[in-house]
Amino acid sequence: MARYFWLIPLVPGASAFVLLLFGRRFSRRWVAWQASAAVFLSFALTVAALAKISAAGGGAAPLSKVLLSWIVSGAFSASVALTFDGLAAVMAAVVTGVGFLIHVYSAAYMAEDRAYSRYFAFLNLFTFFMLVLVLASDIVLMFVGWEGVGLCSYLLIGFWFDRPAAAAAGLKAFLVNRIGDAAFMVGVLFLLANVGSSSFAAINAAPGSGLLGPGPATLAAILLFVGATGKSAQIPLYVWLPDAMEGPTPVSALIHAATMVTAGVYMVCRLNGLFTASPAASSVVAWVGAVTAVYAATMALVQHDLKRVLAYSTISQIGYMFIGCGVGAYAAGMFHLLTHAFFKSLLFLAAGSVIHALGGEQDMRRMGGLRKRLPVTSFVFLIGALAVSGIPFLSGFFSKDAILTGAYAGGRYALYALGLAAAVLTAFYMFRLVYVAFYGAERTSPAPGAQSHEQPRAMTVPLIVLAVLSAVAGLIGLPALFGERANVIGRFLEGSFAAAAPHPAPSTEIALSLAATASALLGLGLAFLLYRRSPGIPARLAGRFPGIHRLLVRKYYVDEAYDAVIVRPLVRGAEAIYERFDLKVVDGALNGSAAAATRAGRGLNALQSGLVRDYALAFLLGAILFLGFLIL
Amino acid sequence: MIAPAAFFVLAVVLFVLGVIAFFVKKDLLTQFMAVEVMLNAGNLALLALAKASGRPDGQALVLFIITVAAAEAVIGLAIIVLIFRQRKSIRTDDLEDLKG
Amino acid sequence: MNTVAATPPLVSVVTFLPLAGAVVLIFIRGESARAVRAVALTVSLLTLAASLVLYGGFSGDSGLPEFVERASWLGRGLDYHVGVDGISLFLVLLAAFLTPLALLSSWKSVSDRVKEFSLFMLLLETGMIGVFVSLNLFLFYVFWEAMLIPMYFLIGIWGGRRRVYATMKFVLFTMFGSLLMLAAIFVLQAAHFRATGAYSLSIADLAATSLAPGLQTWLFLAFGLAFAIKVPLFPLHTWLPDAHVEAPTAGSVLLAAVLLKMGAYGFVRLGLPLFPQAAAAFAPALSILAVVGVVYGGLMALVQKDMKALVAYSSVSHMGLIMLALFSLGFEATEGALYQMLNHGISTGALFLCVGVLYERTQTRLIADYGGVAARMPVFAGVFLLAALSSAGLPGLNGFVGEILCFFGIFGANKALAALGVSTVVLSAAYLLRLYRRVMHGPLKDPADARFRDLDRRELAVLAPLVALMVVMGLFPGPILRKMDASVSRYIESLEAKPPLAPAIKGPDLTIRAQRPAAEPEP
Repeated sequence: MARYFWLIPLVPGASAFVLLLFGRRFSRRWVAWQASAAVFLSFALTVAALAKISAAGGGAAPLSKVLLSWIVSGAFSASVALTFDGLAAVMAAVVTGVGFLIHVYSAAYMAEDRAYSRYFAFLNLFTFFMLVLVLASDIVLMFVGWEGVGLCSYLLIGFWFDRPAAAAAGLKAFLVNRIGDAAFMVGVLFLLANVGSSSFAAINAAPGSGLLGPGPATLAAILLFVGATGKSAQIPLYVWLPDAMEGPTPVSALIHAATMVTAGVYMVCRLNGLFTASPAASSVVAWVGAVTAVYAATMALVQHDLKRVLAYSTISQIGYMFIGCGVGAYAAGMFHLLTHAFFKSLLFLAAGSVIHALGGEQDMRRMGGLRKRLPVTSFVFLIGALAVSGIPFLSGFFSKDAILTGAYAGGRYALYALGLAAAVLTAFYMFRLVYVAFYGAERTSPAPGAQSHEQPRAMTVPLIVLAVLSAVAGLIGLPALFGERANVIGRFLEGSFAAAAPHPAPSTEIALSLAATASALLGLGLAFLLYRRSPGIPARLAGRFPGIHRLLVRKYYVDEAYDAVIVRPLVRGAEAIYERFDLKVVDGALNGSAAAATRAGRGLNALQSGLVRDYALAFLLGAILFLGFLIL
Repeated sequence: MIAPAAFFVLAVVLFVLGVIAFFVKKDLLTQFMAVEVMLNAGNLALLALAKASGRPDGQALVLFIITVAAAEAVIGLAIIVLIFRQRKSIRTDDLEDLKG
Repeated sequence: MNTVAATPPLVSVVTFLPLAGAVVLIFIRGESARAVRAVALTVSLLTLAASLVLYGGFSGDSGLPEFVERASWLGRGLDYHVGVDGISLFLVLLAAFLTPLALLSSWKSVSDRVKEFSLFMLLLETGMIGVFVSLNLFLFYVFWEAMLIPMYFLIGIWGGRRRVYATMKFVLFTMFGSLLMLAAIFVLQAAHFRATGAYSLSIADLAATSLAPGLQTWLFLAFGLAFAIKVPLFPLHTWLPDAHVEAPTAGSVLLAAVLLKMGAYGFVRLGLPLFPQAAAAFAPALSILAVVGVVYGGLMALVQKDMKALVAYSSVSHMGLIMLALFSLGFEATEGALYQMLNHGISTGALFLCVGVLYERTQTRLIADYGGVAARMPVFAGVFLLAALSSAGLPGLNGFVGEILCFFGIFGANKALAALGVSTVVLSAAYLLRLYRRVMHGPLKDPADARFRDLDRRELAVLAPLVALMVVMGLFPGPILRKMDASVSRYIESLEAKPPLAPAIKGPDLTIRAQRPAAEPEP
């Protein structure tokens, strides 16, 4: 079965194609079954392929297949070729596995929606493009997936396009991503021009073989990373992700938490040879990640919208992954990507379950006491919150610890400190959410369409599966402390990465784990104090520091600043150019010369008096002049 | 035998008279006659030159011109008559249909 | 190159079949619009079929024109000489492909003087194809000008409110450029005669003749101006929005899809190979104009209130990119530019058809009059989105293939220009998706509005082939690129091979030497 690994993306792709063309004629049941089955088939193929390469020794024996020689012209060549190595295997497993659970969940969540087949068609299409991105063995083909997932993200954020906010959010997401993609494209051109090949193998080998000097390597890497900041919502291009929460919640879970937004991390890992060769670019990656991790976490502190808190949390956690990549701990970055996919999609789906049950309510101030009404949802949400906070022995603890350890061992103490600070903030805002929404008194007003019982099984089963994974997935990446062979995922990915991450001494490792645990508990404790024990404090704090509070609530005014500095000047400027230059000057010059010709004609008209005598006079004068010339 | 120069002088005098008449007079008929005078002044000059050269071609040419001029005069007069019928006037100051 | 075709004169058939159809139309009596439409559509479909035969028979191995037909016509080198090579073949196909769609799209929207309309459409098709197949400079010029006449009437009779202004502007502006070209053609003819002692206006012969740099410069400018107006290159573009806004849908489609390509084609076929040194000297300046056009057209498209004006400015931007790629004078960029010309024809044609679909329903082209249309017209929404994305160069669709090749070539020639050109990736997405959001998304303006019924079968038949091509050309560019390869590499060689004539000769610069015997193809 592993031989047919190239079908992994094609199965959901074909399903999407069928659904797009004929979906409206199918029954809802069939649509949901077909879409989910397609992704499940992909998942099965992924598992088979994974087992095969795992048996053959991880990244040492990747599967690959050239499907099509795609664009060939002169020195330019890009082919549709897929490679299934350790790195791709992890990512493909996440995409298809989590993707399948979310398909199942969606079948119930979207049951009332009119455009059921369109939804599943887009979801399948997304899976297709994401898998193309993951399996591409060529950066041009990766770009196809890269933009394709952006398109699906656009389509799904704006799924309820009759809401202006959703339509606007979709557009914003696409355009912000396109800005990153433009930089990405220049980076790709840069690599193509220097390396002469678009395959990842060639690009990763280029710095070593001297094809790509340190300067060009840095430039190319940074340009590609700008693309990643768009896709993975990092500073400065993160602004689209919070707005993207206008989409259906399962979409937020799949695209804007588990898979697409982590594509930037995957891309950096995929090009680790290039990034490793440029310490400067790696530093940029790590610092952008670290600053984003803290920065996004501070904004999550004051949000009231359930999904927006999770969105900022996602931005922050992806920042973590970039810290890992930037300090050379690529495996740790991928590990966190994996665990994050589990617990964040869990959190989103659980949040979706809450929103579904409350008839669309997303404001946590109008929740409270949900523990009793939605026991399963509350329980799994708690597990997700503990995992993301890094409470020991849940998955997030190990992956976060691996990144922080990597930063510390690399001697990047400032990055380490930022990571630790972000860990405190993470635990704090997550438990603020837990205490406000799930504990305390019920503040819900019986909204129309609200239900008081637990969700159907199609929704709870995926939640439970994800909860289990969130709890135990950390065990595949135990630190070196537990023995050389304990880090299963690290060993599995070894072949994909050029350089191994630095390791600290076991005693240091224990100390680091304790520090991480302490910071998580600190955040949790603070949340308990402020939102459970004495809920009056937050308001007092906000009153005490109104400036800071407003700054956080208004998200540092970044949206406003972008609007004032980039968007509005661009549109206003274009309007001014159109009216003052294009119409007046360029077109004016044209119409002006036409008018001048007309005027000149009118002027010459005066000579045409119509009187015989005038003509005769002119004739006579002409004759005299002519004779004069002849004689003289 | 009169010297050719004398014919030339006569031709020039006739031509200038024709030009003056054309510009002084304002009715089409007289102007037309002035044009005929100019034409015949030209003819006269041509005859004088032909005589001086001693070859018959020039005189033959003049005969042709006179014939054609007669035909042209007929058409011209006919046009003038038509204009008069339509406009009740042959004053050239009233005719400015070619004004742009 | 001068071999007489042993096969049936396929190129002439493709070129003149529409003309024959137009003649048939004249003899249809009365006002039977149905019969007229049916005949016109049939003829254009037959032309398409013939052009597909042309594609099938085209080998593309030599890079030389195939299916060549040559006959003496007016003497002194003014011959009838046609054929297709890898550069012109696909433009012929494009014209033959779009004409039936344009005719079908105006099935209902044109009900006034249907006979004349169909007649002019067919005449236009002959003109367009004629330009692409001409291998003789004078013949090229005849078709080039002949094409203006039907377009003049199409805009002037079936156009919008300011149609007369628009059509006069279009015709006079274009004519201004082409008259200079006509003068230059005869200077070239004389120059060639002095050099070789034989009259020829065969493009291949002329390309083989070296010219003095001074003369090259003037001739290049004369030709270049005619082509730059047609492209249109910034700042000669202002006729385009007017013409597009006022033209009927079918006219807009052909104008954008095919007529604009003639400018770019003119540069490839004549401007650059005939005057390579002058072209190389002017390439930097023209590249800057082109890149200004890319950004400028994009910005202008961003602020248009009329859908057609928006698409028209997007054409300025797209054609700017194509010109930028052509002036980078490399193989990949040229092939990319040629591919992008086809893409632009397809995607912009589709966009104009989409606007036409909306206009047919509401009689307004103002963006502000729409909103939430997607809810009522889901199929149309999908088609419109695909057309927009194809135009914005989304990977996987046709636009990307051309765009990446163009960028690759431009980047190799000049990194700064390429970086500026890449801004189109953002701008095109911005203006097209902003348009899409304002027209298709949001709440319905008037929920009771019954005008927005989804595409009917005829409209689907018009748009579906375009959508299919967008996808197929995005995934399988090979069959097209491979047939271009040999011709493009010959073209690139021709830019490099011909040395300029030493500028030592005095006089009015009409001094020319034959570099190699004319009409002798390289082995």
